[in-house]
Amino acid sequence: MLPIILVIGFFQLLILKQPIPNFMEILGGLLMVILGLALFIKGLEIALFPIGESMAYAFARKGSLFWLLIFAFLLGFGTTIAEPALIAVANKAATLAAQAGAITDSEVSRNDYAYWLRITVALSVGSAILIGVLRILRGWPIQWLIIGGYLIIVTLTSFAPEEIIGIAYDSGGVTTSTITVPLVTALGVGLASSIKGRNPMIDGFGLIALASLTPIMFVMVYGMILS
Amino acid sequence: MSLESILNNEFVYTLLDTLRDVLPIILVIFGFQYFVLRQRIKNIKKILIGLVYVIFGLAFFLVGLEKALFPLGEIMAQQLTNPEFIYGSAQQVMEFIRWQDYYWVYIFAMAIGFATTIAEPALIAVSIKANSVSGGAISVWGLRGAVALGVGIGITLGSFRIVTGTPLHYYIIAGYIFVIIQTFFAPRTIVALAYDSGGVTTSTVTVPLVTALGIGLATTIPGRSPLIDGFGLIAFASLFPMITVMGYAQISHWRANRQTQSNLENTSGE
Repeated sequence: MLPIILVIGFFQLLILKQPIPNFMEILGGLLMVILGLALFIKGLEIALFPIGESMAYAFARKGSLFWLLIFAFLLGFGTTIAEPALIAVANKAATLAAQAGAITDSEVSRNDYAYWLRITVALSVGSAILIGVLRILRGWPIQWLIIGGYLIIVTLTSFAPEEIIGIAYDSGGVTTSTITVPLVTALGVGLASSIKGRNPMIDGFGLIALASLTPIMFVMVYGMILS
Repeated sequence: MSLESILNNEFVYTLLDTLRDVLPIILVIFGFQYFVLRQRIKNIKKILIGLVYVIFGLAFFLVGLEKALFPLGEIMAQQLTNPEFIYGSAQQVMEFIRWQDYYWVYIFAMAIGFATTIAEPALIAVSIKANSVSGGAISVWGLRGAVALGVGIGITLGSFRIVTGTPLHYYIIAGYIFVIIQTFFAPRTIVALAYDSGGVTTSTVTVPLVTALGIGLATTIPGRSPLIDGFGLIAFASLFPMITVMGYAQISHWRANRQTQSNLENTSGE
């Protein structure tokens, strides 16, 4: 937390030369941030990590590929659809799209735009986790999937309408929430360590990477369909 | 209304929001555990307590950010991008933009990108996991530092792009090519983790502050559209950590090699 305080304090007092408003409230807020972070890390270690790992082991033992893939998809879809950062970005994108005349400027069409944007991103994250789990099982090298993804993105960029490109690239980053990341990481590492011949370092990570790549493609396709 | 009750209301509101965020995950997990895997969860009590920790921890964290940092960060982003601050007076007509005049914006972008990433809870989670999986070869602080540096560089370059108005995809495509080339030279064990660190950087803390900076810049600079130019900073923030994390691994790999080499030389010399 200290770095953020230093940065904001430095710029506020020395560069912008403005006093810090509501000093006490800010101090209280900082204490809450520190307390919250401590609780979160504690909960991470006793709940999120163990549950992700034990489910990975259980699926590996049971050997049901079908259910594992369904689980992977639902985990990705379910965690993204409710993601607050995504809701914020989708609403902002809808407002801006209405201002630019890409959609009609009314409450209904803006909500529609934001809603379908969220569904699109959630679908893409679900498919990403599914593909990522399949990759861990099969042992495909991550770099080929990522490079393939890059090529698709670059190709799509030249066809997508200009106003969607920034939103599309950004939506890749906002999808992976604070609760999804530990769960998905524990799932991947757990799967890779329970399958013979997989290295948790090489094969266990990479789910988040895929989950930040597919939304870019899906949102650009969304923009192409709309225009 | 007293300050106390406002604070409490806001906390309850955020708590419910967090709960809504967690609910689908809990449903999926417990549904599968009982209906598909058909097994009881070990230490169910401990896990439930842990979930309560996670939910309360996140709610505290978010309310604290909302109270302490977001308003200030957003106002600062607006003030720093304000032409009055950059050119000294509002009267001056800006016919053309000199990107050098925005140096405070770049420094702020670098600093805020680095600082917010260090505090990002999702990154802390991945660092803890990577540290235990690698048997301590990857240090928690080393990884967090490398990712934070990457986000700082990314946001700085992203602000420069908004000021100059160059197309986003040129930068991203160049970054992709760099990542691909670097992949072939990086130690194999780091590649997946490096790719992951692109996505984990931008969740709770970084997104609101960085979005405010981007939209602020794009709104105040003439000829920029917030829709086309305002977005895209997050994309930079998820690209550059891949480069810095692979770089971090390459440097520590190289140093470890040199260490063993000099050790070998020492022992053979004796």
